Amino acid sequence: MSDRRTRIGDPLPRIEDGRLLSGGGRYTDDLVLDGMCFGYMLRTPHAHARIRSIDTEEAREAPGVLAILTGADLASLGAGQLPSPGGYLRPGGEPMYVPQTPVIATDKVRWVGDGVAFIVAETALQAQDAAELVSVEYEMLEPVVSPQAASATGAPLVWDDCPDNLCFTVEEGDAAAVDEAFAGAAHIVRRTFPISRVTAASMEPRGAIGVYEPDGQRYTFYSGIQRVHLFRRYLAEYILQAREAQVRVVSLDVGGSFGVKGALYHEQACVLLAARLVGRPVKWIASRSEAFLADAHGRDSFYETALALDETGRFLAMKVEGIAAVGAWLQPMMPAFAGNFGALAGVYRTPSIHLRISGFFTNTNPIGPYRGNGRPEASFIVERLIDLAAAQLGIDPAELRRRNYIQPDEMPFRTGLTFTYDSGAFEKSMDMALSLADYARFEERRSAARARGRRRGIGIGNVIERAAPSGYESAELRLDGEGALTVFIGSVSQGQGHETTFKQIASDRLGLSIDRIRFVQGDTDRVFDGEGTGGSRSAALGGSALLVAVDALVAKARPIGARLLQLDPALVRFRDGRVETEDGSRGISLEEIARVAAIADDAETASLLVTRARYRSQAPTFPNSCHVCEVEIDDDTGQLSIVRYVAVDDVGTVINPLLAEGQMHGGIAQGVGQVMMERIHFDESGQLQTGSFMDYAMPRASDMCSMETEGNAQPTATNPLGAKGAGEGGCVGAVAAVSNAVANALSDLGIDHIDMPITPESLWKRIREQG
Amino acid sequence: MDVKGEYRIAAPREKVFSALNDAVVLHACIPGCESLEQLSDTEMKAKVRLRIGPVSAAFSGNVILSDIDPPNGYKITGEGQGGVAGFAKGGAVVTLTEEGGETILKYEVAAQVGGKIAQVGARLITATANRLAAQFFGKFADIVGIPSSAETD
Repeated sequence: MSDRRTRIGDPLPRIEDGRLLSGGGRYTDDLVLDGMCFGYMLRTPHAHARIRSIDTEEAREAPGVLAILTGADLASLGAGQLPSPGGYLRPGGEPMYVPQTPVIATDKVRWVGDGVAFIVAETALQAQDAAELVSVEYEMLEPVVSPQAASATGAPLVWDDCPDNLCFTVEEGDAAAVDEAFAGAAHIVRRTFPISRVTAASMEPRGAIGVYEPDGQRYTFYSGIQRVHLFRRYLAEYILQAREAQVRVVSLDVGGSFGVKGALYHEQACVLLAARLVGRPVKWIASRSEAFLADAHGRDSFYETALALDETGRFLAMKVEGIAAVGAWLQPMMPAFAGNFGALAGVYRTPSIHLRISGFFTNTNPIGPYRGNGRPEASFIVERLIDLAAAQLGIDPAELRRRNYIQPDEMPFRTGLTFTYDSGAFEKSMDMALSLADYARFEERRSAARARGRRRGIGIGNVIERAAPSGYESAELRLDGEGALTVFIGSVSQGQGHETTFKQIASDRLGLSIDRIRFVQGDTDRVFDGEGTGGSRSAALGGSALLVAVDALVAKARPIGARLLQLDPALVRFRDGRVETEDGSRGISLEEIARVAAIADDAETASLLVTRARYRSQAPTFPNSCHVCEVEIDDDTGQLSIVRYVAVDDVGTVINPLLAEGQMHGGIAQGVGQVMMERIHFDESGQLQTGSFMDYAMPRASDMCSMETEGNAQPTATNPLGAKGAGEGGCVGAVAAVSNAVANALSDLGIDHIDMPITPESLWKRIREQG
Repeated sequence: MDVKGEYRIAAPREKVFSALNDAVVLHACIPGCESLEQLSDTEMKAKVRLRIGPVSAAFSGNVILSDIDPPNGYKITGEGQGGVAGFAKGGAVVTLTEEGGETILKYEVAAQVGGKIAQVGARLITATANRLAAQFFGKFADIVGIPSSAETD
């Protein structure tokens, strides 16, 4: 085997790509088990209705049917509720309203995707056919579809004992200081911004397989998810009333999650309960329609915002009052997005900021984390307000930002809201981005475009986000008798390339060929512990846990190596995979030391074979970036084209620039989707109108231009790796940058803002109205 | 979503009104009607097979006649469950006016769909309701009289 040692920072092509691109991926639906049968969730067609009766008699007699689970059946099986931890407050300091969400609806259905019966049959089609025969009598109730409607006095109640549909209110910042600053401000910009509801549309839809072995009363749960150990606890504690040791959770390859697969859903609970009932493995895989209908959605909120400035354009204060949809049930991560709103401070010195967001239940899909989760909203608000202020004050948007940047010598910088930044060179990132985008000569390009009948605009979007704010990650290193290493990590890849990332770190630090490193993730029986993936935390926390484990392994290898070399341990060092003398003249490789350890009788030497470590977040990291987008708009058709896109990012230590860039590209496209086309729409009766790709637009390659990215890495000192996180910044920045570019393109017409999604139709209409 | 239309029917108003209450005539006119069973003077049980966009489903439900005002008109409403395809419900207010021995039939339809039909066929609902209404009243005008002109909007 060739010796391929890789370094942190090498542009190593993804190790998993050969397998994934040639059909070697193994996703939940690829797994076929002996005796496996199939589940189908019958969903209500009503957004809000009382269940009068459910008649499953005819369906139970249908060909192939093995079992039908209704809410009442589940109760008799002793099934619990879906987990909803809560932890936030309602106004007045009372705890937030946490609904008891049944696995299958019993008395009431609360959104069109709500399940009323889980049908298990020999084949998936038989289960679906039998579902046709289940007859459910409903008494229709009036639904509330938007957070605005849900917050109105006398609105219909989603949960009968939550009297105002209000789930939580998050309030941060100094309201009095903000009011005072506004009172004395030379300029004030105000605007309301809706943030459209979107769906992740992961390439692999959700799915799960439940297995139950009566001997040992043990469950195995296969599902593409983000956090296997947390799911083990959720399933044991909330659903099965079992001990965690009775549950094994396995996440195979995952075809994208973006937050949506982070929560435990109804169908996942059903496969395990059904497997126990029928004594066979039960598989459930969502169709694309079901993905639209029953996945958690993202965003769906509405903000009244204002920015106060002094006469020179310095930001004095900002206030944001928002209402957000929670959906019909409370996802476990809700309302973590509000915590990410600390990013309202942006990369600026704004001394006082006040924020209040209230979340309301609605008769719709639940809202869950979706790439960025509060960060794109916050970044959009602050960056959009800055451009509106720049237009009002007649200052160039880049110059206005320049007057307000936090400078590197001010670090650590305590912002006017909740975050304290540790590092970052924000103005430098903008300078790099402006130079890359040839900002200085933009007006020439605008004129040239005008001559071609196009309106050209340019927009800046600065991003700062909190990543890896709390919690820990675990890593384990195992050496075998041939000196090969296996890395176990508690985080779970959803396609980001964790295998490459973690192998690369281990190869660099242990001096081992990357071909001699195996990688294991996503299995609670194999990975001893972990918190999982989410919030751009895997590199910062998983990577740091791996470094701590490496250090511990080296600390064990050094005395063993010294003993084998017959040297004083104080006189040896570990370098490039060897324990050696200071001058490198004598040494022994880690492989050889492992060989000895593998047959050693003393516990101390044998302990080299297994090394475990845990790294707990010491402080959040703050990845940041500057995006510059250039667009062209065709007056005749309203067609919006992104013609240039530049991003300069600071993700801290870059482990692999190819992967970091890939995260940026994919994220930008996802943000472009939100701002230009994606929108989940319900009609007033709560019926989902965008239930397929015919009605829900996704960004395609042809909607993008080639993106130019550069790094301005400022490694953080808050973790041993220096990594800040790269998963979400692209998605965060694109929403603001594209919106600003569109407003800039239309400034001649006196149009200063277009709500998202900025479709050709909305552009065409506004241009007509104004022209 | 609202659909309106108007037909001139070459028949006196009383004849038109009585046909509007005749289960046999209604059975013949309701598009895709597989069965129509009279439960009372004002209530019928129907089975209808419909295709809306990509969804084809058999709906079973009730047809109810209300606001009966002979021979000026009535309201006909239907609500059908289409299994996993979802549900459809709707109604038409029908008014009859006499003009030169013939009858002007005007209708105003309001319809609502839910479930799968709404998710994949929502954009087609107005067009579908227009088509179904035109089919129903067109056929009705054919059966009851000799239509001298027909228009819908």
